[in-house]
Amino acid sequence: MIYYIAAISLILIGIYAVLVKKNMVKIVLGLTLIDSGVNILIVSLGYIQGKTAPIFSNPTLTAQDMVDPVPQALVLTAIVIGVAVTALALSIVIRIYDHHKTLNINKIRELKW
Amino acid sequence: MRKAIAVLFLGFIGYYLLSTFLLVPFGVVRVLEGVGLKYLQDGLQQTGAANLVTSIVVNYRGFDTLGEVTVLFLAATGMGALLYSKRPTERARQNASIIVKTGARILFPLIIILGAYVFIHGHLTPGGGFQGGAIIASGFLLMFMSYRTYHVNHVILSRVESSAGSVFVIIGLLGLAYGSSFLANILPLGTVNTLFSAGVIPLIYVAVGFKVGAELTALLDTMLQTVK
Repeated sequence: MIYYIAAISLILIGIYAVLVKKNMVKIVLGLTLIDSGVNILIVSLGYIQGKTAPIFSNPTLTAQDMVDPVPQALVLTAIVIGVAVTALALSIVIRIYDHHKTLNINKIRELKW
Repeated sequence: MRKAIAVLFLGFIGYYLLSTFLLVPFGVVRVLEGVGLKYLQDGLQQTGAANLVTSIVVNYRGFDTLGEVTVLFLAATGMGALLYSKRPTERARQNASIIVKTGARILFPLIIILGAYVFIHGHLTPGGGFQGGAIIASGFLLMFMSYRTYHVNHVILSRVESSAGSVFVIIGLLGLAYGSSFLANILPLGTVNTLFSAGVIPLIYVAVGFKVGAELTALLDTMLQTVK
């Protein structure tokens, strides 16, 4: 239960950073926080009390002793995509900083409408 | 004012998310159903890999992993296109202290070996190509941080990356030619829990490990070259 609360808190902190912060690096950090929150949420949905990781490292282990492997495989994919998206976002931030010499989104005039 | 509205909005989202997920009991002993149960019961016989997460990622959803590798490649390409500049800025960072430099020189080969271990044993222990590749890239990051003049050869990195990606696709096409479908297993399964088992899974994960390691290293070097 504490895992759900922690994951949803991470998602909310991430959305807060995206909505309120002016610094572009902090906005990207907020996006990665949302990412980790969703990953923790998915993995904790697959958890079963008292069961072990889905690896047959020991011949005595049977399929009844293991947690659901599907959420873990999905999260493995999601983490890699998250890294790729973060790297691309950060490189866009570097280019914007080169052009405008500021990270503050309020000072970039072309964004105003 | 903006913050108050944001907090109000977050309270709204948080209340409904939490009240939805509190309906899902956490960690109760439940009988798995559907695809999870099928993987747990038949996965070991069908794929021969002790690590079921690996057998799902590389075998059952291997095509999805190929797409994932492609997304990573696209991100690296996009970064290279965005950060490319004709005159690379000279890095004016300070050299690290002698302790960090000596420690990095000793740790670097050990980190590379750990990364190779993680991706070669991906079908037996927790880990795999993506994790091993990330460990190798972290070893290179340690060298970038400690030595200002340390550079990697981008030509070699892109050769490694493209040949590893081609190996993945060629294994898939061999499965199409000699087996039943794209990425089908065409090698004998071997004994469970030994290094040479699980057919094509270790081969694919070694290719993915090389690809991810080369890609992330090139990505880190590109990013560091833009920092003055």
